Amino acid sequence: MEKEFLKLFELFIAASLINNFVFTRFLGLCIFFGVSKKMETAIGMSITFTAVMVISAALSWIVFQYVMIPLEITFLKIIIFIGIVAAFVQASDTIMRKVSPGLYYKLGVYLALISTNCIIIAVPLINAGEKYNFLESLSFGFGSGIGFALALTIMASIREKLELADVPRPFRGMPIAWITTALIALAFTGFSGLITL
Amino acid sequence: MEHQLPEEKVSYLKILKTAIFKENVIFRLVISLCPSIAVTNSVRNGFLLGIAVVFVQVMVNVTVAALRRFIHPRIRIPIFMLIISGWVTIVDMIMAAYARAAYKEIGLYIQIIVAFASILARAEMFASKNKVLPSFFDGLGSSLGFLGALVTISFFRELLGKGTLLGHTIVNAKPLLIMVMPTGGFLVVGLLMGFFNWIDMRFYGGKGAGGAGGH
Repeated sequence: MEKEFLKLFELFIAASLINNFVFTRFLGLCIFFGVSKKMETAIGMSITFTAVMVISAALSWIVFQYVMIPLEITFLKIIIFIGIVAAFVQASDTIMRKVSPGLYYKLGVYLALISTNCIIIAVPLINAGEKYNFLESLSFGFGSGIGFALALTIMASIREKLELADVPRPFRGMPIAWITTALIALAFTGFSGLITL
Repeated sequence: MEHQLPEEKVSYLKILKTAIFKENVIFRLVISLCPSIAVTNSVRNGFLLGIAVVFVQVMVNVTVAALRRFIHPRIRIPIFMLIISGWVTIVDMIMAAYARAAYKEIGLYIQIIVAFASILARAEMFASKNKVLPSFFDGLGSSLGFLGALVTISFFRELLGKGTLLGHTIVNAKPLLIMVMPTGGFLVVGLLMGFFNWIDMRFYGGKGAGGAGGH
């Protein structure tokens, strides 16, 4: 029992720090660069994102295990996973509009486009590929969400300062953001020896 | 960004050119970024993924343009997603069967083509409003721009990081090992983006800094 718990924890650490989706797997970059301009939106996005990630990992695990494997339609996993994620995101979009219109107004565009985010489709695909069990899938999804949130908040806090810096004109905006990310990614390679799975 | 209905044959070339250079997916629009780093540590991988994207983009544009009369506007996004994921599945299977070695490295990113904003955006902005032939050229241009960007990035990364090109030794040393690491990818894209912004400002009087960021 303790061993299993340890494995889940390791998976969580590996997904959030060592194989951080943004800095070592290079996924979700579009949202990462899109919403990291302000701390407030970054935090809102992180919370939504982590929630969507965990729940969609769970949903797609159930569908994969109990529908797709018995019916032998695993080759359709891309289509089915994107369908599940898109439907779920649409639902959470509607809920958020009702519960918190202010946040919805700010995140509007990105929330609607979450379904075309790479991470959210990558997590179910990796879960299926690595044959994780239910708890492992959840832990992996949660770790990925937290890792993404971490990346987003670090980047947002740096970019708020960057607004005041005197950057050469052609490098303003996106290019300098990429170079900053390169430096953060260099720091994240320091985690690589933390746990060996 | 305006897309007019092409009236003469000449404009096909114009569609192509705009899509490749002025609206280059990675450097100008700054969307569909994930693979720009993930698969660009060698030219071969970058090229293969680029080719896969060209195929998917062109086929999706053609399919959407051909079916545009039958797609109800209110459910168009899910239908586009279905069309895209159908074509991606086909590419995924072809790659798994015929390019096994490369598939092991870039397989996940092939599957993730399904979540590319550039493909959905092209289908939504152009193919759903235009005829089959213009859509074909628009898809071709936009994805060739993508392919070009991938090859450019991977050229610098492989040359500087491993001293090779397409697996052939060019420099008998490893000048900057950092280039094949994640950091190098971000760095090369950042520098190239700045460089293209500079060209745009210096020679074409543009304002630089394209890309609102999105997917």
